[in-house]
This record gives sequence, C-alpha cells and structure tokens, in this order.
Amino acid sequence: MPWPGPMRVPSVLTMTRSTPFAVVLDIDGAGSHPASARRPAAVSAASAASRFAAHVQAAERAGFTAASFADDHRPGAPARLDAVVRAAFAAPLTGALGLIPALPALYNEPFHTATQLIALDTASHGRAGVIAVADASPDVAARHGRTPLDAADQAGVDAELAEVVETWRRLWDSWEDGAVIRDAATGRYLDRAKVHYADFTGRRFTVKGPAITPRPPQGQPLVLGLEGTRAEVDAVVLDVRAGGREQWEAVARGAEAARSAHAPGTRLLVDLAVVLDHAGVGGAERLAELDELARDRDDAGATGSGWAVDRPRHVGDAPGLVGFITFLAEHVDGVRLLPAELDTDLDELAHAVLPELRSRGILVSPRAGSTLRQNWGLPLPANRYLENAR
Amino acid sequence: MTDRTAATHREPHPADGKIQFGVFFQGVNSGTVWDSPESGSQTDFESFRRVIQTAERGLFTAFFLGEGLRLREHLGRIHDLDIAGRPDAITQLAALAAITDRIGLVATQNTTFNDPVDLAHRLQSLDLLSGGRAAWNVVTTDNAWTGANFRRGGYLDHADRYTHAADVIAIARRIWDGVADDGTADAGFERSTKYYDVAGRGALPRSRQGHPVLFQAGDSPEGRDFAAAHAEVIFSAHGKFDDAKEFATDIRRRTAATGRPADDLKIFPGQDFVVVDHPREVEEKLRWLREHQISPQTAVAFVEALWGTELPGLDPDGRLPETDPVVAITGETRGTGFRNAKAAETAERWRALSAEKGLSVRELVIHLSSGRSFAGTADQIAEELVPYAREHVVDGFNISPWIVPSGLDDIVGKLVPALQERGIYWDGYPADSLRANLGLREPLTRRAPAAASAAGHGIDAGDPAQPAEGSGTRSFSNA
Repeated sequence: MPWPGPMRVPSVLTMTRSTPFAVVLDIDGAGSHPASARRPAAVSAASAASRFAAHVQAAERAGFTAASFADDHRPGAPARLDAVVRAAFAAPLTGALGLIPALPALYNEPFHTATQLIALDTASHGRAGVIAVADASPDVAARHGRTPLDAADQAGVDAELAEVVETWRRLWDSWEDGAVIRDAATGRYLDRAKVHYADFTGRRFTVKGPAITPRPPQGQPLVLGLEGTRAEVDAVVLDVRAGGREQWEAVARGAEAARSAHAPGTRLLVDLAVVLDHAGVGGAERLAELDELARDRDDAGATGSGWAVDRPRHVGDAPGLVGFITFLAEHVDGVRLLPAELDTDLDELAHAVLPELRSRGILVSPRAGSTLRQNWGLPLPANRYLENAR
Repeated sequence: MTDRTAATHREPHPADGKIQFGVFFQGVNSGTVWDSPESGSQTDFESFRRVIQTAERGLFTAFFLGEGLRLREHLGRIHDLDIAGRPDAITQLAALAAITDRIGLVATQNTTFNDPVDLAHRLQSLDLLSGGRAAWNVVTTDNAWTGANFRRGGYLDHADRYTHAADVIAIARRIWDGVADDGTADAGFERSTKYYDVAGRGALPRSRQGHPVLFQAGDSPEGRDFAAAHAEVIFSAHGKFDDAKEFATDIRRRTAATGRPADDLKIFPGQDFVVVDHPREVEEKLRWLREHQISPQTAVAFVEALWGTELPGLDPDGRLPETDPVVAITGETRGTGFRNAKAAETAERWRALSAEKGLSVRELVIHLSSGRSFAGTADQIAEELVPYAREHVVDGFNISPWIVPSGLDDIVGKLVPALQERGIYWDGYPADSLRANLGLREPLTRRAPAAASAAGHGIDAGDPAQPAEGSGTRSFSNA
C-alpha cells in the first residue's frame, strides 16, 4: 500500500490492531549516529553512568514500551559497556520500561548468558528481553577462544543460534514456578521434583542444567531475533533495505514476507532511524552536519553516502514521523527508533511524537509494575517441563 | 597517581586502626535460616535491595555475591534442604550499582568456566557504571561435574588451576589497561596459555579506581601464595583472635616475599554475628539459630554426604553409623565444606569427637558447622573487636547474615554505633572508590616494573602485543 502522505492522515485514527503496538527506543551512547558523541572519545568514564541513567529515565518518562541496548564485539565497533550489564543498571532506575540488550550469542557460554538474562528479568520484575545476535565473525570467536563457525554457511550459523536459544529456554523452564516450597515439616526448601535437568546436546556444546536460579517473572524473557532467524523467537527485527520514497512499500512488503516466514504470532519490529527538527534547526540540516563530522573523522560506520541512507529513516518534523509510525502500525507490531542524537531527538520524541501516538490510540505506554510480555500482548509461556510431565 | 617513586608508599588512611565490614549475601549452604517468620525471599530483587541499602547505611565497604555454576546435589539428586537460587553476580551487581553510591560490589567469578576477555569486559563495565566500585573474587573451581554446564567441560588439570587462574588474571589486566591515560587505545593482543588461545582488545577507559579490586579466598599454602601474588583482599576462615593473628603474620610474610608491601593484601575473615539486647539472651539465641541452621534432615544429609550413601534409619539424635563410608574420597557436588575429604579418616575423627564430647549426630553437625560467631550485646561484641583493630590482625570482617533480608539490621543499628563510639569504625566513607576505601595502592600493573613482575604479571613484560587481525586460527576447540 503506498504511503498517502502526511496531509491525508486523519488526526485520530481508530486502530484495529488486536495486539499492542510497541515503540522501542535504542539507547546507544550519545545516539545512533556515529558522530553523535561529537568528540572522538565515545565513552567518557566519568559521565557514562550518569548520562546513561538520564537517558533511560527520560525514555521511561516519555512512555516508550522498551529501550534496546546495542552490543557488537567485532574490532572496529564502538567501545561499549556490556549491553546486559547496562540493561541491568537501568532496571532499578525504571519501573515500566522494557529492557532489551543485544547479545552476540554464538560463542559465549549459553549457561552464563541464560543466567544473566534471568537476573535481568528478576531485577526488572519482568521487563527483560534480548536480541539474540548471530555474529559468526572469527574475531568474536577468538575473543572467546572458540573455533569459529563458517560465516558463509548461513544454515550452520542459524542452527547454532537456534541451539543456543533452545538451551536458554530449557534452562529458564528448569525450575517450575513454585519449586521453592519451604516445607519446615520435611526440612525441604526445594521440591526437587519441580527442578529439571536441561540435558541439552547440540553439535558444538552440551549443557546439563538445571539453572542455578528460579524461573524469572516472565517465565521466559522475550527473545528477539533478526529476520530469517531459525531460533524460537517471540519477535523479529525486519531487515528492510530501502530508503527514501521506497521505504513505505518496502516495509509493507517486508512485513508480509516475514509474516509468512515466521511462526504465527511472532511480533514484527522495524528499525527506523530518526533525525528530527529541533529548536529551529531542520532535521536535514542536523543530519548533514553529523554526516560531515563523521566523514571528517573517517568514522567506522559512516558510509560515503551517509548514515542509514539505505534504511528506513525519517528526517524532518514530528508530525511527519507520527504519520510514518501510524502507517507502520498497520503493517508491523512495533517500531524501534534509532535517534541520531539522544539528547536532541529524545526530547522531540517525548514532547511531540509519543503524546500524539497515544492520543491516536497507537501507543499505550506501559504502566509501572507491568511486564514486557503484557505490554506487547504476549502471554506467559507454559513451562515445557510441566507440559511433558502431564 | 602515576609517580613511580611513590608506587609502594602509602599515605596514612582513615581506615588505619579501624575495622571495616563487608557483607556476603549467601545463595547456598545451610547457614541461612529459611523457615522463620522473618525469612524473606532469597531471590527477589527487593531482598537484595534491602540488604545492600542497609549495608550502605552502615557504611559497609563491600557487598559480596558468590557464583553458582551448578545446582548442588546430594547423592546424585538435587539437594533440597538448603536455600538455593542465586543470580548471575555481575548482572545483579550492575542493578544494585544503580541504587547505591559508595559500597563496593564484589562478584565471585570462576577462572575455569568464564572466558577471560568477556569476563574482564563485563567486570570493567560494572566498574565504570558503578563509578569505580567493582571487585572480582577470583575462584578456581575446575571439576568436571561443574564443567557439564559449559562448552569446555572439565578440561583443566586440577594441578594447573592456579597457574591457569594467573593467566586469566593477566589477560584481564591487559584488557583493563587497554586504554592508556593519554587515550591511546590498545591495538589488540593475542595470548596463548596452556589451555586458551584468545585474542582481545581493551577499548574502555579505566574507571576511577583503575582496575576492579581483586579478592581471593585461598587457604592452602598454594592458595595463600596465589593470593599473596595477585589479590588485594583475602577472605579468610580465621576469625578467632589468635588464629587471625597467626594468619595475618603468615599472609603478610608471603605477600612481602613476592616483592609487594606486606600491607598490600587486606584481610577479611568470614564471620557470623549474633547481636542480642541482653547478655542472658545469648545462649538461647545461639541455640535457636543452630537448630534452625541444622535441621534433623540437614544433619542426616551432612553425614550421608561424607559416607557417600543414603543412611536410612540414621537417628539425628543418636550416634554416627557403625559402618564405614562407602567412598574413599567425598564428592564435590555439595560445594564447600569437606569436599574431597578422605572419608574414612574423617569419619574416625567425627566418631572420636562425638565420643569425647558426648554429641548426637545433630549436635556433632552443629558443632562442625558453627565455629565463627561473635555473639553478645553490641557492647560486648564491640569490646571483643577492639584488639582486632588495635593490633591490626584483620582489616575487616565479611559478614554472612543468617537471615534474609533483615540479617544486617541489628549489626547496622546497634553494633556499628558501638564500634564508632570506640573509635574503631569510620563515621563516613573516606573516598568514592572501593580501592580508595580499602586503602589500597594502585593496581599492580600500574606500579614500578619491579613490583609488577614480582607479582607474576607476565603479559606486558615479555609478550608484546600482536594485532588482532588474522587471529583465531589456533582457537581452543571443543566443538
């Protein structure tokens, strides 16, 4: 369906969606544009924590469904603090915002990463998600001292990630809800019949289990994968490679293809880079300045033609972005906004974009105490060991 | 801070002549009472929040988490009598960092089943987010039973566990030193140890405290030497005064022998405190505590673990079995305690002890499990602690609360003020990093070369950096 243009969007759209639409904010340093830090030192030790805390709290106040946190262990990637550690730090600073770290998951220990994600879900009272990233690069393998996968063998890489995610899910279910019984009469703290060995055997690793910690509040933290993943995921991030005028149709077509490629009920999320007009300076002007800064610095990630130029991107005013997201809500289940500069764009999003999305009925901002699953309309999953036992 | 002539010198510190406290939030063992009306959740984040915020109100130096790598078993089945369920330490401490300002955050992390570069990066991430409050308690568990949860399995020869741990620490320090003070970033390095080929690159700046502080808990001669060479704080099992004094003399001698100043390694015995309002309540409170820690079932299971078999019909109020243990060496699936003990010898010793003191099975287990309590009113305990501070036989105590989440309330509310009155506990945090609060010097790799090489830091000395490009060709394989 071609995008009709912002002028013809009704001011209030009656949404017919049967599941909630998620609006996720990517919080990555000073912003998603490689020149967003403005200075080469991407991480300043003194300010990293306070700046990060300010951003996650601003995202929660603005009413985003969730925040995502990038991670990338390849040489040349920006220096970042570990994404799960950042998400955990954000947990007690927020009470409603979903927390979704990216996790390059092919070479680290599935037992450790499963446990880390339980801790994140428990500390956040059920707001954890994870983007399971299949980065097969030999550099990442060497970081862990592991034999690299053949990165050209996509099926092999997909299968490895699927095994990791299955291991996570088995470990997450390994304690049934209610396994802690505190039965003074028999002296038993645990009911061992409700604690199960994961006994996962894959091609490259085995994990005995059980987890060392109880099933987390969401049962299973939300697992997101990239489009095409063969892992058991709750949501996928679409791989839309089109910018400019073609991006509307590209998203619609991509969504349709992804719906049929993934299991029914899999939520579809689309990435959208944003550079908004701010304080009398147009988004296009801001973008040009950032792109030039990046080119001057010869920053990795700054392509010759500019940042996110071949991806869905909105450069301009807030009403235009509202219009685009309104269009997206008819095709996908959520949008992840990649703000060029957090300080500037988050301010605009909070004041001019999210309130309008709420008034149009597209976004229902999460309430304190709710879980990420609830806020994306996903049920509490059944425990696989409980099903097998009955 | 980088003046090398002053590298081993230390200015007088506000903690001199005082004792400090750490708190160990336990995740396993029978020491935590779970069946009292006061017992709260062991795993809810709110329990951790309450304990750490109470500790920080009491000006504690550090909050300490253990690490769980495999759920404990008893005779081949999940052990069901003790508290269980512990969070991933670094993740949990990152969350706790956001709601605290000054208290140190100590993550126990194993050198056998963690990948060194990833571990170092996660610890440094915690250190930066917490403003220089992170620490790593280095443990070296290596058995194949634990390894069943990990890609490499039980790959490490037990005899190599300390040399491997030293390699892992050297890799971690290389990551932590990845960005120089002038902002120059490490181009990357490759490191081959007997067991690991790894490539990494430290890309993050140092925190306020330079490196995470290194903790260790070795007690064998080999373990003590390892701590003396690498650690900055040692948890000991030696809390009784004479014992503590002997331990301090020994560990400071070992530390000095590595070329470090003798006070470079701070000593924190693990310790229980039982605070009562009136002296006459001590005996009753201790009895209540021991009976809740060692239930009849726990006592029987304790004996079964040494015997290596079920002992149906063993009366916890009766005597030890007449039969001998069915195993030569006790297994390791119950964690700390008497694992790998020579079973027959130990059984004979227990029998002799029971006969000598007239102890039932349960009384024996209570006797064996409860050696390290200070019990009394706040004033009584404070008086008992004065000589520890005056004679500097410890730097502090690491307190294991026996009930969660209220277990520090009396210590912070009553004991800390009694210690402050006597001038042996500080009135406020003297600094804003864990390293500075502990009165520690700079990290070992940041000192004059002599001290660094004496500490066994081998990477920078004779192993120049290799670019990371083209790495990964000699990776340890377990596929």
